[in-house]
Amino acid sequence: MATLNVNGKPHQVDVEPDTPLLYVLRDNLGLHGPKFGCGLAQCGSCSVLIDGKAVRSCTYAVGKVGPGKIVTLEGLGTPQKPHPVQQAFIEEQAAQCGYCINGMVIQTTAFLAARQSNPSEREIRQALQNNLCRCGTHQRIIAAVKRAAALMGKGA
Amino acid sequence: MATIETTRREFLIGTGALVVTFSLTPGREPHALAQTTGKAKPVALDQVDSFLAVHKDGTVTMYTGKVDLGTGTRIALPQMVAEELDIALDKIKLVEGDTALTPDQGPTWGSLSIQIGGVQLRQAAATARQMLVQMAVQKLGMPSADLAIKDGVIFVRAEPHRRVSYVELIGDRSFDLKVDKDAPLKNPKDHTVVGQPVPRPDVPGKVTGTHTYMQDFRVPGMLHARVIRPPAIGATLETVDESSIKGIKGARVVRQQSFLAVVAESEWAAVKAARQLKATWSKWEGLPEMSKLWEHVRSTKVAKDDVAVDRGDPKKAIAGAAKTLKATYDFAIHTHGSMGPACAVADVKGDTAEIWSPSQASHWLRREVAVVLQMDAKGIRIRYLDGAGCYGRNGHEDATCDAALISKLTGKPVRVQWMREDEHGWDPKGPPTLVEISAGLDAQGNIVGWDSELWVPQADITEWPRTLAATFAGIPQKEAINPGNIHRNLDPSYPFANQKAVAHRLESTPLRPSWIRTPGRMQNTYANEVFIDECAAVAGVDPVEYRLRYLTDPRGIAVLRAAANMAKWETRPSARRDQSGPIARGRGFAYVKYENARTYCAGVAEVEVNRQTGAIRCTRFYVAHDCGQIINPDGVRAQIEGQVIQTVSRTLKEELKWNRSRVTSVDWASYPILRFPEVPEVIMELINRPNDPPWGVGEPAACLPPPAISNAVFDAIGVRLRSVPFTPAKVVAATKTTGARA
Repeated sequence: MATLNVNGKPHQVDVEPDTPLLYVLRDNLGLHGPKFGCGLAQCGSCSVLIDGKAVRSCTYAVGKVGPGKIVTLEGLGTPQKPHPVQQAFIEEQAAQCGYCINGMVIQTTAFLAARQSNPSEREIRQALQNNLCRCGTHQRIIAAVKRAAALMGKGA
Repeated sequence: MATIETTRREFLIGTGALVVTFSLTPGREPHALAQTTGKAKPVALDQVDSFLAVHKDGTVTMYTGKVDLGTGTRIALPQMVAEELDIALDKIKLVEGDTALTPDQGPTWGSLSIQIGGVQLRQAAATARQMLVQMAVQKLGMPSADLAIKDGVIFVRAEPHRRVSYVELIGDRSFDLKVDKDAPLKNPKDHTVVGQPVPRPDVPGKVTGTHTYMQDFRVPGMLHARVIRPPAIGATLETVDESSIKGIKGARVVRQQSFLAVVAESEWAAVKAARQLKATWSKWEGLPEMSKLWEHVRSTKVAKDDVAVDRGDPKKAIAGAAKTLKATYDFAIHTHGSMGPACAVADVKGDTAEIWSPSQASHWLRREVAVVLQMDAKGIRIRYLDGAGCYGRNGHEDATCDAALISKLTGKPVRVQWMREDEHGWDPKGPPTLVEISAGLDAQGNIVGWDSELWVPQADITEWPRTLAATFAGIPQKEAINPGNIHRNLDPSYPFANQKAVAHRLESTPLRPSWIRTPGRMQNTYANEVFIDECAAVAGVDPVEYRLRYLTDPRGIAVLRAAANMAKWETRPSARRDQSGPIARGRGFAYVKYENARTYCAGVAEVEVNRQTGAIRCTRFYVAHDCGQIINPDGVRAQIEGQVIQTVSRTLKEELKWNRSRVTSVDWASYPILRFPEVPEVIMELINRPNDPPWGVGEPAACLPPPAISNAVFDAIGVRLRSVPFTPAKVVAATKTTGARA
């Protein structure tokens, strides 16, 4: 039995400690924002925030989380009240199939939270270099990150 | 424009089966006609009721066999119907890809969802509108010329209070009407919805984790399954040690001949059991050596020749030409590389099967499932749910058949999700493609003869690729191969006087083939458009001017000029010879008329080539695009951006790898794709022709990057790349062969 803090609430889950966090979130807690993409921490589809850092939940054993505060895509915002990063992705229509978008939003949220100033395009591309997209939505995702930075009032 | 919000609703209908529809109207439940009339809903292509139902609450359900694979048809198709029926877009509910409710409009492939699927829906809407107007003429006692329609209400133009609504005329009743192919369409100058960049309804849900993907779907009492594939493609299962997973709670083995799977109540238990299960397999080494692929292709028996074009006497023209050229182009085997591996849920009970699948072919997949289950396809209902983007036939159909077979063998509803190595290793592949072209030039450098040959696997286009489930479980199936219509665009998009193009259709190909975005048209255009560039260089003529010597089609000329203008194309022959230093820049052109029958596009690639390392970076890509009438310009832009970026990835990086037994590039490290720092800026110009038919958008522009990049590299460093992918090692090797010409 493990206790997890997910999206601001404690959850008791009866799973073996070697279970990857992704399966616990999706199958035990019904949180479908994080996706199974590769199970190898290569693509980023499974990303969640733990204490504000983007983590690949497909290879992160649940036993390792401890008191860490987990935030999933659902914990950031809703269609009615999206987080500024989600808002920016919607405004830029930055999704095709959308399977990778969880990772893009989570990675962007962690990236922007850690900076004071507006990122350059080059910095945005670097920040997302380990997140893969197959539909070719990259250009809109870059635009969405720029828009999110503006929405969040990052200085120039 | 009304704001559209997303809701995905699950509700019970008729038979008590769970139906998931997509609603553009928040807070309203769809009411399928079947529910109110008690009759089975028609699905025939010639019936208006197959496509449309007007409900008493003023909403309209539209039914389509075309599914939104991430391409935006979920908004574009409703735009076409809203426009023709004169109803507000937010009154439309959409049901996609349900074999019990939607008409079979063919698989979602070939860049045909709007061009065929949308046009069928639009004609059904026009027919419905025509009938509703006739009913209103009776009801209001006025001729149709004096009537107008707004938001589903027909009124007398001069006396707007005299009115009757669609709800009053037909609400919750069937049209009982055949689609009239002559029902008049609205004049495009009156369009207010078609042509608008309406946002997609599914994006907010996808961005907030509330959109239901196939991978998120569950049914009560369901088991999770993982399939265990052999270590060699042709191996058979010898022994299974069931005790090897006895420590894993609830996990058990499911087997039929060499089809091996594990099931468990928890997904992680199934994954662990699949990894831990001990099994022995026979040896098999039936694949050709990877390093000898092209010798293998050339020595494969030809089943038949398809002649794409045969005009004049190219052989004689080439023999008598002042100069002759010949070149060979090869294009590696590619995998679809969907971000999420295939997934499906099946519930097989007796002679019925309820299936949920992200397949591009909800209707046609029934045949394959029927083969695997050895039952009548009539008992099978398949419903579409979004998977990860599929770009053709990937692992979805196989995973669906896996789920069906395991459900039959266990008697329980079963969810199968493939692992990454299953998707990369076992989805059917884009086959290896080889093109050889000869041409003769006269003294002025004009092409006087063009003779091309293509080596690709044969296609039984009436059959599907063999499914893995049937193959391993020893279930009889037709041993056909079908890589799609990959001979198209072998004939170049220029009307040369003497030209021949022949496709040698091979009896077999090393790995199970299928179609990947722009199948064949990409590979053939790559060869044609690099070769014409080679001719232009030999003639010492600017590549755009050289193409204009032959192009007579005004729409083709228009996109060609638009792309050149956008890119500020500098008129001069390639290669440029004014650069020194390690990084050389170049630009390359490409043009295609898709299938020589529809969408026109032209592109310009700008590249930087590192002479020392051979690394190519495509920095910018321009596209000029004419698909006729544009339904949703933002959707068109998204599709073009996606095609360019995906195909730059395929062109520069992608190559499936294998040993004599199996595919060895089974993850993103061994099968790298383009990453953010490498992605080009995509710039485009859309030419809208509202009075013309709407043509396909999802594939044509993907023809452009391979040739445009090859031509740009030639422009930069004077080296021809004739083998996709253009890896740094190939660039370095080609530089040595050609001799670096700076």
